[in-house]
Amino acid sequence: MTRSLTLTINGTKHDIELEDARPTLLDVLRERVGLTGTKKGCDRGQCGACTVLVDGRRINSCLALAMSHDGAEITTIEGVADGETLHPVQAAFIENDGFQCGYCTPGQIMSAIGLFSENGTANDPEQLREGMSGNICRCAAYAGITEALLDAQTRLSGKE
Amino acid sequence: MNLFDYKRPSSIADAVAAGAEPGAAYLAGGTNLLDLMKVGARKPDVLVDISRLPGLGEIETLQDGSVRIGALVRNSDLARDAGFAKAYPAVAEALLSGASAQLRNAATVGGNLMQQTRCLYFYDQQSRCNRRQPGAGCDAIGGETGKHAVLGWTKQCIATHPSDFCVALAALDASVELQGPDGARSVSLEEFYTLPTEDTPGGADVRPGELVTALTLPADAAHFAGHARYIKLRDRTSYAFAIVSAAAMADISDGVVQDIRIAMGGVAARPWRARAAEAALKSKAPTPELISAAAEAALADASPSGDNAYKIELAKRLVHRAIEQALAGTPQTIPALPGSVFAAQAAGR
Amino acid sequence: MADTPIAPAGHVRLGSNSGQSMTRREGVAKVTGKANYAADNKPEGLLHAVYLESGIARGKVISLNTEAALAHPGVVHVMTPENAPSLAVSPDEKPVPFSARMEVLQDNRVRYAGQPIALVLAETLEAATEGARLLAPEYEAEPARIGFENGEAYDPEFVTTGTPPARQVGDIDAERKKAAHTVEVTVDTPLQYHNAMEPHVIIAQWDGDKLTIDMPNQAIGLARAGIATYLGIDPENVTLRSPYLGGGFGSKAVVFGPQYLAMLAAREVGRPVKLVLRRDQMFGPVQHRSATRQTVRIDLDKDGRILALDHHSLSTTSSFDDWLESAANASLSIYASPAIKVSHTGLRVDTGTPGAVRAPGLASGTAALEVAVDAAAYRMKQDPLDFRLLNYAETDPGTGKPFSAKALRECYAEGAARFGWKGRPLEPGQMRDADGYLTGWGVGTALFHAPFFPAKASAVIRSDGSVGAQTSGADMGQGAWTALAQMAADGLGMPADEIEFEIGHSGLPDGSVAGGSAHTASAGSALFAAGSDAVRQVAEIAMNDPESPLYGAGNEGVRASGGRLHRVDDPARGETYAEILTRAGIAEVEGQGRGRREKSAAEQYAMYSHGAVFAEVKIDPDLYQVRVSRLVGAFAAGRIINPRLAKSQLNGGMIWGLSFALHEEGIHDLRSGRPINNDLAGYHVPVLADVPSVESILVEEHDPHANALGIKGVGEIGITGTVGAIANAVWHATGVRPQRYPIHIKDLLEGELARQRG
Repeated sequence: MTRSLTLTINGTKHDIELEDARPTLLDVLRERVGLTGTKKGCDRGQCGACTVLVDGRRINSCLALAMSHDGAEITTIEGVADGETLHPVQAAFIENDGFQCGYCTPGQIMSAIGLFSENGTANDPEQLREGMSGNICRCAAYAGITEALLDAQTRLSGKE
Repeated sequence: MNLFDYKRPSSIADAVAAGAEPGAAYLAGGTNLLDLMKVGARKPDVLVDISRLPGLGEIETLQDGSVRIGALVRNSDLARDAGFAKAYPAVAEALLSGASAQLRNAATVGGNLMQQTRCLYFYDQQSRCNRRQPGAGCDAIGGETGKHAVLGWTKQCIATHPSDFCVALAALDASVELQGPDGARSVSLEEFYTLPTEDTPGGADVRPGELVTALTLPADAAHFAGHARYIKLRDRTSYAFAIVSAAAMADISDGVVQDIRIAMGGVAARPWRARAAEAALKSKAPTPELISAAAEAALADASPSGDNAYKIELAKRLVHRAIEQALAGTPQTIPALPGSVFAAQAAGR
Repeated sequence: MADTPIAPAGHVRLGSNSGQSMTRREGVAKVTGKANYAADNKPEGLLHAVYLESGIARGKVISLNTEAALAHPGVVHVMTPENAPSLAVSPDEKPVPFSARMEVLQDNRVRYAGQPIALVLAETLEAATEGARLLAPEYEAEPARIGFENGEAYDPEFVTTGTPPARQVGDIDAERKKAAHTVEVTVDTPLQYHNAMEPHVIIAQWDGDKLTIDMPNQAIGLARAGIATYLGIDPENVTLRSPYLGGGFGSKAVVFGPQYLAMLAAREVGRPVKLVLRRDQMFGPVQHRSATRQTVRIDLDKDGRILALDHHSLSTTSSFDDWLESAANASLSIYASPAIKVSHTGLRVDTGTPGAVRAPGLASGTAALEVAVDAAAYRMKQDPLDFRLLNYAETDPGTGKPFSAKALRECYAEGAARFGWKGRPLEPGQMRDADGYLTGWGVGTALFHAPFFPAKASAVIRSDGSVGAQTSGADMGQGAWTALAQMAADGLGMPADEIEFEIGHSGLPDGSVAGGSAHTASAGSALFAAGSDAVRQVAEIAMNDPESPLYGAGNEGVRASGGRLHRVDDPARGETYAEILTRAGIAEVEGQGRGRREKSAAEQYAMYSHGAVFAEVKIDPDLYQVRVSRLVGAFAAGRIINPRLAKSQLNGGMIWGLSFALHEEGIHDLRSGRPINNDLAGYHVPVLADVPSVESILVEEHDPHANALGIKGVGEIGITGTVGAIANAVWHATGVRPQRYPIHIKDLLEGELARQRG
């Protein structure tokens, strides 16, 4: 039984037809809408590679039934730069080598953006590490990620 | 996952009507249900999406001083609610020690209560599991049992309940409100989870069509705000289930424990209230000897269900630690590593 | 083709790009989601494939409900042994290097749990997934053989791929007779699964007998040859695109059964097919690190000098192939000893076949050796670092050859200084921090081979002034896009950000394997040579052109920089590449390059990267949860092309060491043989909170022999030494000497209880 839903993704409204109600938000983004920046690492909520913002909150899109988010505002990695200008978190990840293979990176960046909107820019490194522990990096770029988070905070607080 | 019908009712009554149909399952945050559907442990015919039902998203203080938490309040919103975290700091800490920020943002408190065990053999669909299929047998017994139950288990099931949140709730005598086809009822959170018997595997006591609508903390639960901790031992610093965990909360005046609550996680199919341990300290001025006696009492009935005798000793020590830390007073703020044995180290930085 | 003459070894000057900490060339693509990983492609008419994996570890599949699967809406085709097309070559043959025996539905036999037993194609991923489940297989099961106690032991002919399984240096019995002290430890290491964040994936599409594949791959040239052989087509007809790999760690060097199933299925149905392994499927057909049970015995003289070193490893493999972890060989090259014996026993179990996982052999081997060495130091009541210096190997103990370069002493010194090793109490259990946590310090020696693979590259200089370089090499996160471009740019005499650069495609010159920590040296040397060759051609044109200011300057009289050639004696006299080519009427020159190592150097020297890792752990004194509060590693690996990226590799490697020491463990149910923690909630790797502090120091080292540019590798060495350093720190904190990895809370608790019992 076909289904339809509407998602506003990175500011653009998408009317989406589904063959049935099964697809997750992740599979809708990747396979139906063609936004493949969001990655599938485990499909079970155990790695964070699929992190997106739904109505401003970071969640694992692999454990979100797309139908259940009909009408939601979604922000993905494709939607965080301002034209050619990178988001401060993106810039900080490059500058501090906060990734290696890059596969977990969209999820890391979306998670960091979510974290900063939850916590403000409190600069306790332990809090940052804990707050980002839902994003596994198998290359273990963790030293760079921590530096990137601290740098991003500085950049963000400078902007505020 | 199997094909299913998807319904999004707009009232609790409609939801319960839909949920009472055979093969129906309620969907809220989906963080556990979708996972179980992906591995094939759940195969609902109908998903009844309750995530937008009105009236289930509030945290209210009632006239009698009790607090009612709507089932659809997200775990993270509850933990971050300043008033709630101040009154029930161990509950907030327990919440924040669980899963990841992303999962806490999606998962609801009702869903947290309804989550299934993480027993490896429950998840492995090739294994026999009485919880999945009553009467099938239990392949966990004799298997990889290092994380399994040491209290309240039987040959039917040796699984543990994975929630952190529920451990703190059990300590505070929380109750669960349910709405079903036959009306509403309320049950104590502890008894909401039935233990396995010689013939049945146990599990959440939900009748067909029943929907968890709220959690309630009684008025006296706020008496413990000054002396409350939740500690969770795990084999990764974060994003891991507890090996064992303990909540301890005390109401102290004049150096005497007026009341104390102790509960353990990761040890049984339900969050385990340690009433004998509470009795060992209640109405007494705490001493190291009394605390040790309480910890011993907490595990007095424990027995290994496999290769997990070490958990009994660890649980004793953890209860001991939780009591000590609760007596020392609730930290000013929730530690950067919530529930961690390294919380103190983190705080020192 | 004109090879660039190899300059006197180690004396090649790189230009202004190499040695710079440039940020990643592909950084913007990766942080904006635009980097194209294989699974991101969606050719027209794509079908999704999902394979069903075996639920038994040994036996036969006797029925599959294909009707149920085909009846599911969206399912298009089901492949089983009854209707699966065959490969041109038996899947049990290994026609090219980096291939392994595999299952491609050739029969109904099951050799391990997780083996593909059917493939379902459907219009959607959801339908294919459910279709596979509906196959509801029935089996005729035989008892599974899993675990050290249940496997079948055998004496191997070789370990890894062709290394002798045993070696002896000196007379071990004679040396033992002289010994004043003996230390022996036994350490178990578990099955470990690569678990790159990007699962194995392939998108295969056919156009007649031409095959185009999007697939992350570490060895494009070998993969292409293997695919062509197995499918019976011309290698020229195989196009493999792999611009980005979401991690590899060894497992993407080989093409396995599942990918072949997708290629066969795409040919069968005449539509493009996409197959992505689910995370749980990563615990079966795509290799893992062998489990080992290692015994290390060290005999010492009265002063603590090692007289005899005996290292044996029982290493697991599958029932049908032969890869064995060469763990014991770690003892051949780290510590001096007049007598060394290393040996291996194979153990056949019902798992998929193991293979190379980041730092094969040495990660597991040093995990045991470093624990034994630490125990020996303590026996002698010597500081573990002093003990290592006392037993410092001035020449390679296994071969007697000199090292091409070895700055390990400097690594020990710089690492120890940075860590603050001085003043470490000799006895365990002596240190507590201000918060009461048990604190321990441990050290381990790191070592990894410095191999060199023949690689090819090309470079181009065009009359419009644009320049470019290419090789098929692979970036799985180690930084090839950047470091290799830096080297190509130096060959071309251009700033790195002004060259076109291309890797990750089978149409490019074969850049060889991204593995063995050799890619920068191998492919980078080829790129540098290719660039130099292109510049040489431009210079020759200019020097022979009377109109050029470079006319007659001679080879040594000309230098290239910034896309311009100038006279050495007068840098103002020169002209751009574009001017030279334009005047000559030549559209472009193409340079070719090969990377190579001098044969004589390879024969004469033992070549390794070295390092020293220092670990601090904090342990709860009652509850025994462990946190690695600090890791400091100092590494000497020859010339470093990009310090920023090299440090990232080393830091990542050390965290892999942490993961080995404390987290990773593939658990198979001993009765069924099934992997039962086959997801990332069950199979732990570190999260950010596990890594409060990790730091790498790059120790200056000049290696004149490893290759012309003096480059060795940094990709794998970080793991080695770290595992033991952490285990030794745990001992130093608790007094409990770990006997298995990962170190469990249970083990430390039981260690305490055993001590109390006396």
